[in-house]
Amino acid sequence: MKSILSTSNLSIGYKTKKATVTIAQNLNLNLEPGKLIALIGANGIGKSTLLRTITGIQHPLSGTVLLNDKNVFEYKPLDLAQNLSIVLTEKLPSSNLSVFELVALGRQPYTNWIGTLTPYDITKVNEALELTQISHLAHKKHYEISDGQLQKVLIARALAQDTPLIILDEPTTHLDLLHKVALFKLLKKLTHETGKCILFSTHDIDLAIQLSDEMIIMTPETVIQDEPCNLIATGSFATLFKDDHITFDAEKGKFVIT
Amino acid sequence: MANQKRNTILFFILGLALLLLFFLDISFGSITIPFKEVYTSLTGGEASKSTWEYIIINYRLPKAITAVLVGVGLSISGLLMQTLFRNPLAGPDVLGLSSGAILAVAIVILGAGLLPSFLQTILLSSYGIVLASTLGSISVLLLVLLVSQRLRNTMAILIVGLMFGSFTSAIVGVLTYFSSAEQLQKFTFWSLGSLGNLSWSSIVVLAISVGIGLLLSASSIKPLNALLLGENYAKSMGLNFKKTRLIIILATSILAGSVTAFAGPIAFIGLAVPHIAKLTFRTSNHAVLYWSTLFYGGIIMLFCDIASQLPGLDTTLPINAITSIIGAPVVIWLLVRKRNFE
Repeated sequence: MKSILSTSNLSIGYKTKKATVTIAQNLNLNLEPGKLIALIGANGIGKSTLLRTITGIQHPLSGTVLLNDKNVFEYKPLDLAQNLSIVLTEKLPSSNLSVFELVALGRQPYTNWIGTLTPYDITKVNEALELTQISHLAHKKHYEISDGQLQKVLIARALAQDTPLIILDEPTTHLDLLHKVALFKLLKKLTHETGKCILFSTHDIDLAIQLSDEMIIMTPETVIQDEPCNLIATGSFATLFKDDHITFDAEKGKFVIT
Repeated sequence: MANQKRNTILFFILGLALLLLFFLDISFGSITIPFKEVYTSLTGGEASKSTWEYIIINYRLPKAITAVLVGVGLSISGLLMQTLFRNPLAGPDVLGLSSGAILAVAIVILGAGLLPSFLQTILLSSYGIVLASTLGSISVLLLVLLVSQRLRNTMAILIVGLMFGSFTSAIVGVLTYFSSAEQLQKFTFWSLGSLGNLSWSSIVVLAISVGIGLLLSASSIKPLNALLLGENYAKSMGLNFKKTRLIIILATSILAGSVTAFAGPIAFIGLAVPHIAKLTFRTSNHAVLYWSTLFYGGIIMLFCDIASQLPGLDTTLPINAITSIIGAPVVIWLLVRKRNFE
């Protein structure tokens, strides 16, 4: 299948005045349409740096990131916004935005200079609200709803932006188990119904193994992309944490504490 | 679309209030001129007393127009600041923009004696003061931005604004020590704020500056809405953040700078008016907020001007005192009830 985003021999990291710090190198990742892909790795391993690099915020040390066959750094901001949307963990600044207005902001790459919504834009916004099952919240203020609902609103905003690729940074962080599962299922449903590719970083490895189509595992030595069952078979999860007390039980498909 | 209907009604009421207060402002003063006479004079007819007509055309009308321009300019610049800094307490005065203008004007008025005489004439003309004031507020805004780049904490930015305020008053103190009584008087009167005393040609300059500022702000309505979600989301939606920030800073500096130059430093309007607009229109959409802030700015400034020259009082109170007396309680009230909205 033709990939939406691919990296070739990508090295990520950052340069300081004194030295170049390489976080990971030789990354050859492929993000294909209709797939839900989880990015996992221990804290501080460089997941954010990877996401920042493939979203065109931070330049790589070497190698390229191709988004729809074009280098992600050659996109104009507006074109990039029509190909890639994001959902972040950061807290929203306080405002009076209603859920509908917030989701409608996702249409900004398509609207005129003052941001007028055309009937087509409104259709797209309503579609996004329906897909995420939050139509009933449309007229609530965004600060009146729960964390789980807000996460759906932010996803709806990304859907309204109508991009083939959506990248989420730890979307399940503040949610309880029930809402985590619901969110993962929603993401899975969205990839299959819309044909979009969704990449998300997470620490909920057990859930990601069960629900994602592919996983990208980051360890200090290497970065591997494969389907969860193959990753279990090759014992890749065992390399994730360097701690004798946490081991991966391949049969159960989850981590156990010994 | 019940909201739209509500907004239309609100805008209609605001428009009427603006018109009414504009007439009241012209009518009231040390001499009260009957409403009917004001109307006749303004529509080109002849008032029954020629002195009334003279007062209206040469004194009251320029003052009322200045009040509207000042209110509109400061309020819109406050709205821009609050969204750009994601801080409900931002405003041209709190962030030190006025301090910058005060310092620059103080240097021009009080320090003019130290310069060659041909420069003095240029600097002390109304254009010189406008230029100084605008440059003063731009430099402070750039400073504030520099700090806000380094410190993500918005409280720090406000503290920098406050510090700059004290710094300014210290420098102004030093300058007054070395200046003549005449210079000192000129500066003191300027710093108390005044809506009167503007010639028609100054009003034209002020109107053009405010107009440019308003156009720049209007062009930022869509980016301002994107910024409601924060810088990172805004960028991901195709916003050219650096360009937007530059335009917003430029607009704010031109608005706050030119207003401060002509009317002196006027407190609280820039901070309080956008909040009143947000509270009554219950929205964060800048396409609506822009116009409502515009209307409220004019209305509240006219109201303050009327309050400063209550009928029966011979003297006019300094406008800066009135806006503070009305504005400070509003700000306290906002702090007390500040919850999840801006």
